[in-house]
Amino acid sequence: MRLTRWLRPWWFPIALLALFEAYLRVVVQQSDALAPPSAALRAFIGLIGDGSLLQATAFTLGSAALGLLIGTALGVAFGVWFGLSGRAARLSLVSVEMLRPVPAVALIPLAMLVFGFGLRMEIAVVAFATLWPMLLLTQGAVTQVDARLLEVSRVLGLSAWQRSVKIVLPACVARLFVALRLSVAIALVVAVTVEIAANPNGMGYAMMIAQQSLDPAQMLAWLGWIGVVGYAVNALALGLQRVVARRMGAGS
Amino acid sequence: MTAISRKARPLGSSLGSGIVFAALVALWWAASHAGWISRVFLPTPEATLDSLRAGLAAGGELASFTLATTLRMLEGWLLASLLGVALGALIGISPTARAYLQPTLEFVRPLPASALMPLAIALLGLSPAMVLSVVAFGAMWPVLLATVHGFAAVDARLLEVARCLQLTRGEFVRTIGLPNALPDILAGMRLSLTVSLIVSVVGEMIASQPGLGQAILLAARAFHASELFAGIVLLGVIGFASNTLLGYAERALLKWQST
Repeated sequence: MRLTRWLRPWWFPIALLALFEAYLRVVVQQSDALAPPSAALRAFIGLIGDGSLLQATAFTLGSAALGLLIGTALGVAFGVWFGLSGRAARLSLVSVEMLRPVPAVALIPLAMLVFGFGLRMEIAVVAFATLWPMLLLTQGAVTQVDARLLEVSRVLGLSAWQRSVKIVLPACVARLFVALRLSVAIALVVAVTVEIAANPNGMGYAMMIAQQSLDPAQMLAWLGWIGVVGYAVNALALGLQRVVARRMGAGS
Repeated sequence: MTAISRKARPLGSSLGSGIVFAALVALWWAASHAGWISRVFLPTPEATLDSLRAGLAAGGELASFTLATTLRMLEGWLLASLLGVALGALIGISPTARAYLQPTLEFVRPLPASALMPLAIALLGLSPAMVLSVVAFGAMWPVLLATVHGFAAVDARLLEVARCLQLTRGEFVRTIGLPNALPDILAGMRLSLTVSLIVSVVGEMIASQPGLGQAILLAARAFHASELFAGIVLLGVIGFASNTLLGYAERALLKWQST
């Protein structure tokens, strides 16, 4: 009983893969566009063997992480400022609302022009994409910090910096990690997108090249791996968020 | 606070935040004119405005590109919404289907939509249909998962009511399931519109389909910074307008809930 319950999530993907395998082996037989899952698995093992898997994954994850770091630092800094000062929030409203809707991918050509290809352009686009959700969610979290805590900080005569670091940030850290989890997902998606659209590095580019050199097995291997990496990174971020929420109290 | 000052305050602050925005533009003007940042990257605001004016004037290319991108985004979004709601209702209505399918759906969700672009190119070539299908597929997930969630969260008492009234499945979907899932669906559709715009732009860049994505990529390759900025501004306008309109629609559609 427990075993069937444990197996239940696996039936559908296994059936789908088996169907795909059978269709390609029996009906299509030879194709430049698609390959059966077994061939993709063989290609995947080849990618592990020649080191390209590790290198491309490290590039994508590294640039996503660095971009996220910059976006988070700026987003939290501005978010705390706007959250604490109603005037700053009101005065920045138009600027934020004008800049925020610009899709991050629109900055790919600009980043290309400024930084050329490579790590820095990808970091810049990821940082822009993650800045806005971090800013808005931090601002929201800070405005909901208990007013009495802010009174305490005023009574103690804390400076703005001390107030932010000692009172406000600890009070909303659980919510900040919710924001961080959302931004982790965005960072990875944007990083892969930059690689597919322009940057000749990382997993996205490796997948593009596999398609262009008519190697569908390798292309599908990359697609599956990007899926696994995305799932793992999101699961890790969710786990981190839950640990922080348990230790810091989810309510505040 | 008196009624007058409460009314006057948003007006005053929106004036203030407009001034802050104008100051930022002035900073941009100063930075490009004083040469703090090379004009290769940062055109002057006037040059950007000129490019916008020339591109949007009769016979200009930017107007048709903007229209093409907007249409692509809307088509993909509508397809995604229809598919998402239909599939989501099919899966969401049956607890068995949910138990078997939801883990797979959750696995596919974090997959970047643009990662499907190479696969779609292999299948459909560098065609408008390829871009549209990736847009629709990528933008479908927020709606699909929201619909499944909305159906799964139907109150147990409403399920009992449906059983007592002996509603058929179709009637249940129409009278209880969909209205119940509507807030989730609308939130999902909002996210999906953003995804549609992003994937449309990426698709235009990769597959060289006419649109703003292709226009800004070509402008950057030719070092035409003012045209590049004009394209970025227009994409921002599309994002802003679509999000604002959808926000209004959402409020109008959900009015019945608050009463």
